[in-house]
Amino acid sequence: MAEEKRGFFGRLRERLSKTRSTVIDSVKRVFTAHGNVDDSFFDELEGVLIEADFGVDTTLDIIENMRLKARGSGVENAEDLLAVLKEDLVALLSPGDHALSWDGAGGPHVTLIAGVNGSGKTTTAGKLASHLKSRGKTVMLGAADTFRAAAVEQLTIWSERAGVPIVKHQDGADPAAVAYDAADAAQARGIDCLLLDTAGRLHTKVNIMEELKKIQRVVGKRIPGAPHEVLLVLDATTGQNGLQQARIFTEALHVTGLVLTKLDGTAKGGIVVSIQKELGVPIKLIGVGEGVDDLQPFHAREFVEALFS
Amino acid sequence: MFESLTKRLEAAFKNIRGQGKLTEKNMKDSLQEIRRALLEADVNYKVVKQFIADIQEQALGREVLDSIQPGQQIVKIVHDELVKTMGGANEPLKLAETPPTLIMMVGLQGQGKTTSAGKVALHLKKKGHRPLLVGADVYRPAAIKQLEIVAQQAGVESFSLGEHADPVDTCVMARGEAQMRQCDVIIMDTAGRLHVDEQMMGEVRRIQAQVAPHEILFVANAMTGQDAVNSAKQFHDALPLTGVVLTQLDGDARGGAAISLISVTGCPIKFVGTGEKLDALEPFHPKRMADQILGMGDIVSLVEKAQEVVDREQALKFQEKARKATWDLEDFLQQMQQLKKMGSIGDLVQKIPGMKKMMGKGMMDVDEDEMKYVEAIIYSMTPEERQKPKIINGSRRRRIADGSGTTVQEVNRLLKDFEQMRKMMKNMMKGGKKGRRGMPMMPGF
Ligand SMILES: Nc1nc2c(ncn2[C@@H]2O[C@H](COP(=O)(O)OP(=O)(O)O)[C@@H](O)[C@H]2O)c(=O)[nH]1
Ligand SMILES: Nc1nc2c(ncn2[C@@H]2O[C@H](COP(=O)(O)OP(=O)(O)O)[C@@H](O)[C@H]2O)c(=O)[nH]1
Ligand SMILES: [Mg+2]
Ligand SMILES: [Mg+2]
Repeated sequence: MAEEKRGFFGRLRERLSKTRSTVIDSVKRVFTAHGNVDDSFFDELEGVLIEADFGVDTTLDIIENMRLKARGSGVENAEDLLAVLKEDLVALLSPGDHALSWDGAGGPHVTLIAGVNGSGKTTTAGKLASHLKSRGKTVMLGAADTFRAAAVEQLTIWSERAGVPIVKHQDGADPAAVAYDAADAAQARGIDCLLLDTAGRLHTKVNIMEELKKIQRVVGKRIPGAPHEVLLVLDATTGQNGLQQARIFTEALHVTGLVLTKLDGTAKGGIVVSIQKELGVPIKLIGVGEGVDDLQPFHAREFVEALFS
Repeated sequence: MFESLTKRLEAAFKNIRGQGKLTEKNMKDSLQEIRRALLEADVNYKVVKQFIADIQEQALGREVLDSIQPGQQIVKIVHDELVKTMGGANEPLKLAETPPTLIMMVGLQGQGKTTSAGKVALHLKKKGHRPLLVGADVYRPAAIKQLEIVAQQAGVESFSLGEHADPVDTCVMARGEAQMRQCDVIIMDTAGRLHVDEQMMGEVRRIQAQVAPHEILFVANAMTGQDAVNSAKQFHDALPLTGVVLTQLDGDARGGAAISLISVTGCPIKFVGTGEKLDALEPFHPKRMADQILGMGDIVSLVEKAQEVVDREQALKFQEKARKATWDLEDFLQQMQQLKKMGSIGDLVQKIPGMKKMMGKGMMDVDEDEMKYVEAIIYSMTPEERQKPKIINGSRRRRIADGSGTTVQEVNRLLKDFEQMRKMMKNMMKGGKKGRRGMPMMPGF
């Protein structure tokens, strides 16, 4: 996020100049090859949206809407219609608070980081710690993933990279106890921001979803109002299951925002459109690499541009 | 979330009945439904297009069978074609004629490479091999440490030159190391990388060129969406992939990525991952996968899994006891242990469409912690107490609580739950004497 100015778009282009273009070409073609909109234009648009993981329902909704608009407003040119579509999507993705809230109202501000296995939780916690520290905050990490092999070591390395303290127990310890201790330590040391990394869990496993609720409860007991932020980390390569994940996690936790990781690949992460539409969960951050600076704020417009770039 | 495809097709097929032959025109609606089902399952858009064209060609001109539901007829055609696309079941690993066999795990970040490397090692160890796990991920923090722990858990050897060495060197050196430690299989865990990252793809190509693995397994997670084709294609172009490992099948993703992966790489799926623990690796069953992609539920694996662990005779004995209400805490303990063996059966059951709703959330979950304490309580009882819970009075309860490190309240709760369950089972057995015959009985189900 240090390079906010260049934006996600510019940074992406720089990072991945080469091979990516083959994928992008086909998207561009759709909108330039068609002078005027016709059925084959809509067919191709359907392909673009589905291949961006929008899902069938959302795609059909959008197409239907575009057809109506084309007819109603007399927009005939494909590029003009694309502009209309982009505006619609930006409007769709804009509601909600996309900024992170950083004031812990006196005590430490607690962020809980959750998501399925391998989505990028630990990496996001590390990047976020570094970012907050560079903004002058005092930060602490809590290693509440006590399950995955070397998860604690991984977060410890991130804490060293960011230069922030970490609270950890031994492997296999009760994650809620770690969370409580971390909240305790953050309170005692007057820390501004506490970031809690949790174990990956598939949303279908009811018991470990309960464990997550317990963590949420326990920190709330130690620090009233905590966790102030609950971030659900979603891998951009995820398909339609992403919506189901978001449903279950938002049911279990007070999810305040999404982090969409791995946008530096070729996946577009279109499932977030359905998530925002159905659940109203705003995207707050995007992950664009494995480096400490590869975390950026979400901008609806840039995201939509990238979908069709 | 999705109603069964069969049901949806019934509607589309209503007007085909009695029309004689399947034609392009009368199949249009149903093909539309199939297309939709496949897309909802995350099969890639272009792959679906091709697939539908193939199906149409195959089905064209076939007689509409009046004897079976037309919906089932087309589902059968689709199902068979999916199974065919996914190839043979149970593709084993190719082992080198002269050891060591070299296996390399590759893929995007966070897909399950390291975990799967450990699973494959354990699998081979069980078959009498001596695998060596090789840590060649120098980028992800603590990745080598993770692999070492995984190796320990699997009870196999591990090796790495560490995170400051060139991963290519680590893999090259592994051969000598394997010889020294008398290992006959070398499993290399490489770093996750993006298919568009030329530098990183160059690195993995160098490893391949230097050590020429017999198996290069592309590890991908079952929740992957449309982009599976892009990453798999570029990995395939860069490396001679020999197989796919599809992880996280224990979730509720439909797993259409399986079709996409097979279509672009032409490689079989050699294993599927069904959990975080190292024994959660299974051979791939195209038929089950086709069921799941079409939303037909994984009934076969559920039944097989249940049969595997439930001793039939014992189950019948339990049934008899339940009917006569002589079912006691000893039986309860034994059944619970069986249930534990079944482990992920709750996850399997949830895959059956509609089942989750029917059973209610959480019902099927076996809480291992909860079971541990129930076990502890029962273990602290005398055989007599287990057989006749009625004799457990106040002072016995206190003794049991002390012995099991629990509280009297917890002992009370267990006894109460048990009594309720016993009544419930008695009633259930009365009601279902005929219908449920042969179905192994499971407590709490
Ligand atoms: N390319 C890329 N890789 C990422 C990103 N975020 C995380 N990763 C990688 O994804 C893998 C899993 O991340 P990790 O933070 O361990 O996931 P967790 O299991 O959710 O904690 C690691 O190899 C990370 O380096 C991202 O934004 N882009
Ligand atoms: N539920 C489930 N989790 C898995 C499976 N395979 C791997 N994982 C988890 O996915 C995450 C990433 O796995 P890892 O092996 O570190 O991935 P890598 O980055 O590709 O090496 C870890 O939390 C694993 O425990 C699986 O089959 N099922
Ligand atoms: Mg983690
Ligand atoms: Mg790994």
